[in-house]
Amino acid sequence: MVNLGIKIHDLYLKNPVMTASGTCGFGEELADFIDLSALGGLVVKGTTLKHREGNAYPRMAETPSGMLNAVGLQNKGADNFISNIYPRIKDLNTHIIVNVNGSTIEDYVTLTERLNELDKIPAIELNISCPNVKEGGMAFGISCQSAEAVVKAVRKVYDKTLIVKLSPNVTNIAEIAKAVEGQGADSVSLINTLLGMAVNAETRKPVLSTITGGLSGPAIKPIAIRMVWQVYNAVKIPVIGMGGIMNATDALEFMIAGASAIQVGTALFKDPTTPIQIIDGISDYMKRHKIQSVNEIIGSLQC
Amino acid sequence: MCMKKTVTDFVLLENKQLNNDNFKLLLQSPVPVLDILPGQFINIEIKDSSEIFLRRPFSILDIDEQNQTISLLVKILGRGSKKLTESVAGQIINGIFPLGKSFTLPEKTDRILLIGGGSGVAPMLFLAKICGLSPEQVTVLIGAKTSFDHIDVSAYQSFGRFLFASEDGSLGEKGYVTNHPVFTNELKQFDKIYTCGPDLMMKAIAKKAAEENLFCEVSLENMMACGFGVCLCCVEDTKAGHKCVCTDGPVFNINDLKW
Repeated sequence: MVNLGIKIHDLYLKNPVMTASGTCGFGEELADFIDLSALGGLVVKGTTLKHREGNAYPRMAETPSGMLNAVGLQNKGADNFISNIYPRIKDLNTHIIVNVNGSTIEDYVTLTERLNELDKIPAIELNISCPNVKEGGMAFGISCQSAEAVVKAVRKVYDKTLIVKLSPNVTNIAEIAKAVEGQGADSVSLINTLLGMAVNAETRKPVLSTITGGLSGPAIKPIAIRMVWQVYNAVKIPVIGMGGIMNATDALEFMIAGASAIQVGTALFKDPTTPIQIIDGISDYMKRHKIQSVNEIIGSLQC
Repeated sequence: MCMKKTVTDFVLLENKQLNNDNFKLLLQSPVPVLDILPGQFINIEIKDSSEIFLRRPFSILDIDEQNQTISLLVKILGRGSKKLTESVAGQIINGIFPLGKSFTLPEKTDRILLIGGGSGVAPMLFLAKICGLSPEQVTVLIGAKTSFDHIDVSAYQSFGRFLFASEDGSLGEKGYVTNHPVFTNELKQFDKIYTCGPDLMMKAIAKKAAEENLFCEVSLENMMACGFGVCLCCVEDTKAGHKCVCTDGPVFNINDLKW
C-alpha cells in the first residue's frame, strides 16, 4: 500500500491530484464521469465579488497541442457562490478551494473575507495571473510590488491556507514567488496560461474576440516544468504545479521537478476521467519504483 | 431521466460515404444507449494529430437501443471532421455522450414542421422518427444547395410528409427553404417549428416564426472545448446573458435568443 498523502501548509490532501480552476466548473459538472471524493482537491471556477458576463464569443482557438481561451472570468459572483453553489458542493468529501479574483485590492480582500466564513472552504487560490481581464488579474502578478501588495492585504484577513496562483508572463517567476512568500503566502500554484494569439490568415482577423488569450495544454508543459523547478529552488513553501498535464507521467515530471501537488486543467476537456487515471498511474509508478510515500518524489530531480 | 454522461470507446461498424462531403458513421456502444433524444450530441476524439487537440461535436442522427448503436451524420467542415471521415470499420472511436439538451418533444395533438439544412437534417430525421406523432402531423422540409448535396432520407419517409428545396432547383422547389410554399403560405397550420442548419437559415425561420407567434426551437453550433459545461467557451449571447451552447443548449427556444 503506497502513501499518496501530501501537505500544502496545514492542508492535508489524500493525494497530490487536484483539478484546476476554470476547467472543472464547480465539480458538479464532472460528477457523471468521476468520483469527486477521489480527488486530492478541486479548485472551482474563478470567482469575483460581482457577477461577470465574461468576454464575447469567440473565446477559444485550437492550437497545436493546446488551445487559447479568453473566457474572461465569467461567473455569477460571490453571493451566488455562497448562497447557491456552496451548499451543494460543501460535502463532496474533497477539499474545495476557491479561485479568488478582483480588479482592485479591495475586491480581493472583501471576497476573501466572505470566503473565510465558509467552514468547508479550507483554502483559497489567489489568482493574480488571469490574462483575460482588462483590469486587475494578471496586472497584479507581473511585478513584485503589486503581487506583494495584494498578498499582504489578503493575508491580513485570511487565516486558512493561502495559495497564490502565479503568471508565467514574467521575466523571473522565482522573484515573484519569493515576493509572495515574503508576504505570508502558504503555497504558490503555477503556471496560469501563457499570453498568446491566433490569426485567421484567410480573413486577416484575430480568432479571439479579445485578440489575445491564454495558451494551455501540452504545448506549454516544458515551460511550466522549468518554472516549477525554478520556483521550487527559490522558495520554502510548497509548489503546486500545472500546465499541460495529460497523464501520470506528466504529473510525475512536475513532482520530480519540485511540485508537492499538481492540477489537471485542459486535459479535462479532452477526458474528464484524467485525474483518476493520474492518481492510479502515480500509485503504479510508486509500486514499480518501491516508493512508500509520494513525498519521496517531490523535488527528487537528479542533476 | 437521461442516461449519465460517459467517456466511451465505440467500435466503428460502418463508415458510409453519402455524397461528396457527408458520411454516415455507425458506432457500436459497449454501454446501453438509453433515452437519447434528438438535438443531443456526442463529442468525439480525433486521434493521432498534434494539430487537432480538441474533440469535435456531432449531432446524433439515430440510435438503436436494442443493438446499442448510434449513427452520426458527419459533414467535412475542417481538419477534424475530415480526419474522422477517414476512419475505417473496426476502428475504436472515443466519444463523450450524451451531451446537451434535446428538442422539446411535441404534444400528442401537435402538427409540427421540421426544417433541416445541410447536415442539420440529422436531428430533424431523428425527431421525425421518435416524436410519437402520426405521419400526417409531421412535415419535414429539407434544404440543400443542389441535389448532389442531398442526403438520402428514404429510410425516414414513413414518419411524415417530406418536402425539398434546393438553391439550383435540382431537387424539389428552387430556392431556400424559406421560399418553399409550405413555409411562405402554410405556416399557420403548424403548432411547433423545429430547425437545425446554417445560422442564416435558422435566423430567417426564427424571424418568421416570431412574427407568426409560433413555438420555434433552433439547434445552435459553436466552437467547443469540453462539451459538458466546464470551459465556458461555446457561449451564445442570449437575453439572459452568456449561455453555454453545450449544456444550456444546443437547442434554444427563439424567445430566449437575441435574434
